[in-house]
Amino acid sequence: MSQADRTALRSRPAVGLPLLASEISVLFRRRRTGAMLVSLALIPVLIAVAVKLSSGSSSGRGPAFLDQVSQNGLFVSFVGLLVSVPLFLPLTVGVVAGDTIAGEASAGTLRYLLIAPAGRVRLLLVKYLATAVFCLAATLAVAIAGAVIGAALFPIGPVTLLSGDSIEVGDSIVRSLLIAAYITVSLLGLSAIGLFISTMTDVPVGAMATTIVLSVVSQVLDSLPQLDWLHPWLFSHYWLGFADLLRQPISWDSFGNNAILQAGYILVFGALAFGRFTTKDILS
Amino acid sequence: MSPVATGFAIRTDSLTKRFGSQLAVDGVNLSVPLGSVFGFLGPNGSGKTTTIRLLLGLASATSGEIEVLGKRMPDDLRAVLPEVGALVEGPGFYPYLSGAANLHRLDSADGHATSATRRTRVHTALERVGLSHAAGKKVKAYSLGMKQRLGIANALLTPRRLLVLDEPTNGLDPQGTREVRSLIRSLAAEGTTVFVSSHLLAEIEQVCTDAAVMSVGRLVAQGTISELRGVGGARVRLETPDPAAAAAVLSRFGMTVAHQSGDSGELVAAFGDRETAPDAVVVALVEAGVRVRSFTIDRPSLEQRFVDLTGEGFDVAG
Repeated sequence: MSQADRTALRSRPAVGLPLLASEISVLFRRRRTGAMLVSLALIPVLIAVAVKLSSGSSSGRGPAFLDQVSQNGLFVSFVGLLVSVPLFLPLTVGVVAGDTIAGEASAGTLRYLLIAPAGRVRLLLVKYLATAVFCLAATLAVAIAGAVIGAALFPIGPVTLLSGDSIEVGDSIVRSLLIAAYITVSLLGLSAIGLFISTMTDVPVGAMATTIVLSVVSQVLDSLPQLDWLHPWLFSHYWLGFADLLRQPISWDSFGNNAILQAGYILVFGALAFGRFTTKDILS
Repeated sequence: MSPVATGFAIRTDSLTKRFGSQLAVDGVNLSVPLGSVFGFLGPNGSGKTTTIRLLLGLASATSGEIEVLGKRMPDDLRAVLPEVGALVEGPGFYPYLSGAANLHRLDSADGHATSATRRTRVHTALERVGLSHAAGKKVKAYSLGMKQRLGIANALLTPRRLLVLDEPTNGLDPQGTREVRSLIRSLAAEGTTVFVSSHLLAEIEQVCTDAAVMSVGRLVAQGTISELRGVGGARVRLETPDPAAAAAVLSRFGMTVAHQSGDSGELVAAFGDRETAPDAVVVALVEAGVRVRSFTIDRPSLEQRFVDLTGEGFDVAG
């Protein structure tokens, strides 16, 4: 091959879009990812079926909105998301975020990506973006499965909001998507933490477990009244605050606070991951 | 400084890497000429793979300088690595993806590689290592030898000026080893510099033009194959019932008797500074009335040199 051919082959600037596309495709082609999304989708299905089987005997206990489910199928999504936020969603996000770098290291692919060369910063960004895409996919899996099973098993009608107002079906779908967006944003801070932990080890399971444990610890701390001063700084503090999106007019306060808090976590742990990964000796 | 001007594909100056208290690479000065097939030899644990990691910017040196294709590493990593194909410490792939999908994935990581030609290039690389039939098979179903071939295919995805192959024949059967050797030859014929490491000298001795030997983190020898083989010199092995007379004749040629065993009448002598024609030695022996039962010239094999330099046995350098 002549020098001219070589130059032609290499003239394109390095953007990283092909790597991002490849990353997302590898992530979602993996059987584990599919299994996690299916499990998440089963949560609202289980709820809906349980409510259907016991319909009529409303006990007043259980998660918020559970009572409304039998009257209006649109509430299945809300209940499903509410139930998934504390444990199931952080669990799956912890698996994906903890696997980002450590998984490549343990498979032996990290060194080949880096000598390709993927570029350490570019690889870190791509890994983070793919994790963010997974956060969205995981949240939507619950929301969409909930909407579908709710429509199949229960009547659909105008939704009565927490403020007492009533909104039409179309508007309620918009609210559902807003909630999905809220929860996706909520998980971005945890993703950044997982990414950072993943740069510190070659054992993916360790990084996953640590990330998941941190999400639990954060919620436990958030429930201790003695630690009042700490609560606004915990990344899980606004996780369940999406009920504000079910008021008329919508209260954007928790959405904004949550976004700022998550952005802070992304900055701090993104910087830590950057500092760690760009100076790390890759010996895996 | 252009690589043409220096004439070296890889050059290091006092390259050192320390892990805690252990010096994995200790003041290594490598010079790999452009266009050579360079054998990087040493027993397990002698620091070969660590050196390769330093060359490719995977790990950072404790001290010393590295130049690859005329550019400094790791500073010019982005400019250098697209021209370097490498197999480092065994193949690493996603077990749940097919062989071809793995290559697509790693190729997309190279920001300079055109996606338009990706399919063709993956196909060609797989064909070159004889894996076309298994392209669609998941890598977890591959044998070690097949993974090794896939690793080599990855190094060949785009035209490279330098190939770094760390133990490329690991896990390959004799047929596969031969194929790798002929692959290296054909790549070298195209002008690619091939830097190949191995702990098995015999596997690469036949293809290398140059070599370096590592032992416990240090470079103990470096040069062209004939230079390396030349050091130590040839020896005469003579079997005769008249050892004393024979020794006298040999000393006339400036040869020193290194070893003499009375029972079998065997006598080993090293050539002096200049190598005398063996036939002249035999004529002189016969003229002096020495009865010669056998006369052999021993040229030390490269393998013998290798063992002399690195120490015999299976002890892995700690």
